[in-house]
Amino acid sequence: MTALLEVRGASKVFNVGGFVSKKKLIALENASLTIDEDRPSITAIAGESGSGKTTLARLVLGIIQPSAGQVLYRGKDLATMSREERRTFRREVQAIFQDPFEVYNPFYRVEHSLLLSIEKFKLARTNAERDRLIAQALETVGLRPEETLGRYPHQLSGGQRQRVMVARALLLKPKIIVADEPVSMVDASLRATILESLLKLYTDFGISLIYITHDLTTAYQLSGSIMMLYQGMVAEVGDCERIIKAPQHPYTRLLVGSIPLPNPKIRHKEALRISLDEMTGGGSGCRFADRCPNVTAICRTAVPPLYRTEERRAVACYLYKEYPEVTSETISKSYA
Amino acid sequence: MSSEVLRVRGLNVRYYTTRGAVHAVDDVSFSLYQGEKLGLVGESGSGKSTIVLALMRLIRPPGKIEGGEVRLGDTDLVKLSEEQMRLARFSRISLVPQGAMNSLNPVMKVKYQIADAIRAHDGRISNREIDARIVELMDLVGLRREVPNMYPHELSGGMKQRVCIAMGICMSPEVILADEPTSALDVVVQRQVMDTLADVQARLGAAVILVGHDMGVMAQFVDRIAVMYAGRLMEVGPIVEVFEEPLHPYTQLLIATLPSLEERRAFKGIPGIPASLLRPPPGCTFHPRCPFAQPRCQVDVPASREVRPGRWVACHIVDGGSS
Repeated sequence: MTALLEVRGASKVFNVGGFVSKKKLIALENASLTIDEDRPSITAIAGESGSGKTTLARLVLGIIQPSAGQVLYRGKDLATMSREERRTFRREVQAIFQDPFEVYNPFYRVEHSLLLSIEKFKLARTNAERDRLIAQALETVGLRPEETLGRYPHQLSGGQRQRVMVARALLLKPKIIVADEPVSMVDASLRATILESLLKLYTDFGISLIYITHDLTTAYQLSGSIMMLYQGMVAEVGDCERIIKAPQHPYTRLLVGSIPLPNPKIRHKEALRISLDEMTGGGSGCRFADRCPNVTAICRTAVPPLYRTEERRAVACYLYKEYPEVTSETISKSYA
Repeated sequence: MSSEVLRVRGLNVRYYTTRGAVHAVDDVSFSLYQGEKLGLVGESGSGKSTIVLALMRLIRPPGKIEGGEVRLGDTDLVKLSEEQMRLARFSRISLVPQGAMNSLNPVMKVKYQIADAIRAHDGRISNREIDARIVELMDLVGLRREVPNMYPHELSGGMKQRVCIAMGICMSPEVILADEPTSALDVVVQRQVMDTLADVQARLGAAVILVGHDMGVMAQFVDRIAVMYAGRLMEVGPIVEVFEEPLHPYTQLLIATLPSLEERRAFKGIPGIPASLLRPPPGCTFHPRCPFAQPRCQVDVPASREVRPGRWVACHIVDGGSS
């Protein structure tokens, strides 16, 4: 296996409050992620708001630097890359963001963002070649070029705008696409179409996806592996099918059990009996301790390490302490 | 069936924009029964929130209610004077907005905001009575008793949403309208808030209209569902029956697109793009995206018909027997 992208035990700490304040917010702690060059994959990063999933995405994209740990692309640390290496990285790792309106400049027609990419990376020598590239990319994501080009962002629906963004990412023939909540602002009837075009990038073009979401159903639909984050800590990580079908961490169990299933015949039976205050945590132990139905004394004193409960799964919970401990890096390679 | 609490007939709302009139709610009729939870589902721009604003008589220019009746008991809300309507809000029909959004005043403690709502309807109520009422409300929605003394920014999203529920029920209304109460919340909190709403509704015996776009939340919460598309009601029926056998092609496609935990990587989208309300297609607004569209669908607007007991569908191709 050759690792294309590696996040090695990355942490991110933000100073909050004014510059005199010493308060620190641990947005992400000891997260690892490996994307194999030879075998493309779809990895979901899932969690609620404040779980650190967007922080991880921004680390991967090199928008922010880790406070501890490393992010490597083709074996080179993002922080110490040469100009040329950085340029390759910028081209091969693309991002799709949540709000398909804010990423456009409202004064330019939608093709502006496509043209800019072609120009910056010198993808086309002639205008004809340029137009052909654009048309191809749009058709791949199910848009008709004649109905899309020449329009302003506000003249397209949210779903269409988001698909133009997928097309833009595709133009650069990237190796990895980081999609941060790409469908959370899109209507249900169009959501499936966008997920379908993302899946197509993986199946037809061998592009690896890092799919960041709070929606476990679509994560399950799309991904091979999943990392469940809770307040910056990796709760459970590994094979997506196993984790969603048979969650082990009490937090994952709570989350999977709370999915509103679109089936009126299977309703949640009883009310949840957990703390009403969502942002508890803190302290020196497991951040989920205050809400955990299985909490024991040790949970409040020390952060649980990852225990390898299956070949391709690890859980950060003392309930599984009879299993061998594993580093986040080792486990990330097991399912890459 | 139990008695009708709210009866909406032929409701029309238009927004007059510089680019023309937007027919946001087009001839909408439905009934809400006592103690019932009705879901109003639709994509963004389908007119579902406009219906809620119209029921509360909160449509502001350039929007205008143009005909139709909204009968709450013996009163037609559309015909009430502003002052009469002000008195009806909260006490007879109330709105639970999206708490995570800017529904609460950021510089006012929670208790004063709830007290304002109560005092607007009962000018002679004593401070002690108000405090007692607020404590009662906090217990009802499962919030700690310190919460009334806090400012909105000190509360989490789920707690803010509960404050909005408490405010919505402070005068024990007959009808509660909840507009996407959980759309900005995480699933666990969403479930807690929906549990709270169900619990409060059952205790008050009020009828609820839950507006939203999440079919999962609808499936978990409501008794009946009304499906909107481009300003019109496409289908109304009991939730279990609609999920089991959707009759309108739009409802069929909508339910088929829902991602499930059973099948992986099977994405089925609805082809085409949502209809523009500014220039809606003639005939049935869904015909450009409908796989079963026939020539008459492009010309005639299908009327809503009760094709089976309790099941209303506005579609030419659905007949009484089967779809």
